[in-house]
Amino acid sequence: MVPLEHVIGLSALLFVIGVAGVAIRRNLIVVLMSIELMLNAVNLAFVGFNRLWPGTAEAPRLDGQVFVLMVITVAAAEVAVGLGIVISMFRNRDSVNLEDVSLLKW
Amino acid sequence: MTTQEILFYAFAALAVVSALGMVLNLRNTVAAAMSLVVTMVSLAGIYVLLEAHLVAAIQIMVYGGAIVVLFLFVVMLLNLRADEFAPGRQWLTKLAAGLVVFAAGAELIRLLSGELPEPGELPPGFGGYRMVGISLYTDYVLLVEMASLLLLAAIVGALILAKRRID
Repeated sequence: MVPLEHVIGLSALLFVIGVAGVAIRRNLIVVLMSIELMLNAVNLAFVGFNRLWPGTAEAPRLDGQVFVLMVITVAAAEVAVGLGIVISMFRNRDSVNLEDVSLLKW
Repeated sequence: MTTQEILFYAFAALAVVSALGMVLNLRNTVAAAMSLVVTMVSLAGIYVLLEAHLVAAIQIMVYGGAIVVLFLFVVMLLNLRADEFAPGRQWLTKLAAGLVVFAAGAELIRLLSGELPEPGELPPGFGGYRMVGISLYTDYVLLVEMASLLLLAAIVGALILAKRRID
């Protein structure tokens, strides 16, 4: 049996690595990858808690796994739009450096 | 230590190391994308250990297949040069921010390292395509419709954004 405390701990650790990636990297593509990593960490927590409360044989509960599928859908949509933004930014600024797009920075 | 525990810790170590490799790799974006694949596949292995078989298969297909390939397409399409991946000017402050975030995460892990209740008995067929499908198309059918709408909007949005000129 997999220790579920450690599954949740691994989820938190991966999420923190993703946050650190968003904070310290300037390459927009790597920032998008870090966001993917954070979404994956949340998915791991969903699956772990779903294993903790799987329901009974008459009424199984799969809410966690269904939500993971939804998160994967949202992640796919987000990557498609995000990489579209990356391409149009590269076309306009000739760069994927986040410090070159600071027009909205206060 | 059972085989499942050994596999879990091996997959967990692989996931953390490759995630760190993705974030800290300052030279090569293609290598970062490859590290991301390793993270996704080891997470799929952990999903199998947690009895989420369908989710593990979809994780490999969608993340390891589609999403990372999309990243690689863009990296190679833009033909990025290595000098754009140097750390920022205020890299020390950013490193400090990263350490603070890491400490917050360690605190979170410590908070969550309390005892969880024992996992319940598994229903037969738990996590298989049949059970997930029944749940998806009865209780969550509205969510499926919303997902289709979201994907349509994403397709149109990506096309509009990546188009050179909108006629």
